Amino acid sequence: MGKTLFDKVWDAHVVKHAPGGLDILYIDKHLIHEVTSPQAFKEIENRGLEIFRTQNMVATPDHNVPTLDQHLPIKDALSKFQVDTLTENCEKHNVNLFGLGHPFQGIVHVIGPELGLTLPGMTMVCGDSHTSTHGAFGSIAFGIGTSQVAQVMASQCVLLQKPKKMRITIDGELSKGVEAKDIILYVIAQLTAAGGTGHFIEYAGSAITSLSMEERMTICNMSIEMGARGGMIAPDEVTFDYVKDREFAPKGEQLKEAITYWKSLKTDASAQFDTEHTFDANNITPMVTYGTNPGMGIGVKESIPNSNGNAASFDKSLNYMGFKKGQEIIGTPVNYVFIGSCTNSRIEDLRKVASFIKGKKKAANVNALIVPGSKQVEKQAKEEGLDKILEAAGFQLREPGCSACLAMNEDKVPAGEYCISTSNRNFEGRQGPGARTILASPLMAAAVAIEGKIVDVRNYLN
Amino acid sequence: MEKFKKLNSPAVPVAIADIDTDQIIPARFLKATSREGFGENVFRDWRYDKNGELVQDFPLNDSKYSGKILVAEKNFGCGSSREHAAWAITDYGFKVVVSSFFADIFKGNALNNGLLPVQVSEAFLTKVFSAIQKDPQTALEVDLENQTITLVATGEKEQFEINEYKKECMINGYDDIDYLINQKTEIENYESKAVKFW
Repeated sequence: MGKTLFDKVWDAHVVKHAPGGLDILYIDKHLIHEVTSPQAFKEIENRGLEIFRTQNMVATPDHNVPTLDQHLPIKDALSKFQVDTLTENCEKHNVNLFGLGHPFQGIVHVIGPELGLTLPGMTMVCGDSHTSTHGAFGSIAFGIGTSQVAQVMASQCVLLQKPKKMRITIDGELSKGVEAKDIILYVIAQLTAAGGTGHFIEYAGSAITSLSMEERMTICNMSIEMGARGGMIAPDEVTFDYVKDREFAPKGEQLKEAITYWKSLKTDASAQFDTEHTFDANNITPMVTYGTNPGMGIGVKESIPNSNGNAASFDKSLNYMGFKKGQEIIGTPVNYVFIGSCTNSRIEDLRKVASFIKGKKKAANVNALIVPGSKQVEKQAKEEGLDKILEAAGFQLREPGCSACLAMNEDKVPAGEYCISTSNRNFEGRQGPGARTILASPLMAAAVAIEGKIVDVRNYLN
Repeated sequence: MEKFKKLNSPAVPVAIADIDTDQIIPARFLKATSREGFGENVFRDWRYDKNGELVQDFPLNDSKYSGKILVAEKNFGCGSSREHAAWAITDYGFKVVVSSFFADIFKGNALNNGLLPVQVSEAFLTKVFSAIQKDPQTALEVDLENQTITLVATGEKEQFEINEYKKECMINGYDDIDYLINQKTEIENYESKAVKFW
């Protein structure tokens, strides 16, 4: 029997089989940030251990950082302490850090790919569930808890049971105004927030292979929102073109050799998956969520369903969101728009938004925040003049970080307010206590910012 | 890690599905650099209203419930990988979480912190919820060695699954780091043989 893409990468990283059917899996790249690493550094120190392979680690602060005045000391004392602790730990243990103010700083899942730290065939971990993003390159990338962060620091390995394999095939062509974000929100709505649990996903089909690398990252990023540990896409010419010339990517002969190997990272025709799902891209329309988990999504022209899973939880969710069963979501007034996060804060996202809003003005009621994923994205946006377009439309272009995706810094949505957000989670309170998040694509968010209410972006495209 | 063998305790029922780790411990409380003290803010936004007042009928605030077992509907612990969720639950005093379905990362984090995730059938979970509704102080017995959970009053029981190695770790208080640092020679052997392009 042939092997899947996932099998090929996993099997190449098994140091040995361990007791209880677990594998010792070697990790090529360990990304860390300020929130989930301090306790791991402390554990290593308390046990008198050394970091085993510091050269395999890269650190950046992202969750806690302010998105205004990053050149000044952080005002929030606890955030400052956590960011300073990361710096101290990295200095003490000789870990490569792209700190605040560094031209490579940014959201950890944005900087990995853009710096060429993320490569096909790798294993990657980070104490962050959206590590699944890096699977877009055909790497096995997944989020881990802090105890595992300490394990990787101590041994460069994790102890895991090999997950089951799922393939999601999406064929067909996307309609105008339908984006990668809509594909993944559609898939999660079909399979539910728990539909991928226990599995690692491979995304395949013509609607996937026709996507750019940044769009593929959006897809893989949200694999965790259906409970899957990660998602991956077989590397191809689009991947190789993206990788070459990146700061830390292999160059010259080494790149040629690497590409020869990377080309072998495809699922064999005879390989078997534990679970298979197939969707038709033609059925996908611009999506919005109406509830408090990412599985509660509908096409923007659809009505909110009358039930979805557990009745008490469904009612609680609609009550939190201020929606009623059977209600249309289109036309809902929205005062907050957030464009950012590891899902949608890359240059293509900013370009799409800028091109849509060029010459338009945001609605008077709307507060529109756009937070680039990294210093490099921010710089490029300015070089391309996108900052001028955004500012002219009344958007605030901020400095990079996770920002209002999880509202650990000052960027919060007030209680009771709707926020159309390009991020990945619409959980209760995610964007601030009482905030009501509606997940959507950057293009939909741009259209809502202009109209001040939920609209179908397709009506505004030629 | 604390050892776990057997527990007999009443349980606190939170009959909500898809409880995500943002509810267990909201992001604004993740700014600490130690593992301790998160219990104070476990389920913060469900335990307190927007004015900071206790929500009296939320089960963790309801004096008729007590014990070291938390019972929840399916897909418990979905969302963020924050281990702070497991720390918050243990710091509050729970030793076991019972649900019909756990999110993968949470389950792993729980096991790494001596918090036992007990996955039961939907039917058994319904029985547990109704037994607690009838008698809030009804006891559950969780026996890790025999992998059983029992409603003590009626004797109804169910087997639960746990990885054999993880079970040994829980019973003996070992963690994965102990195991992994003893594998250094084999890890170095792997490194010397592995084909890498980075």
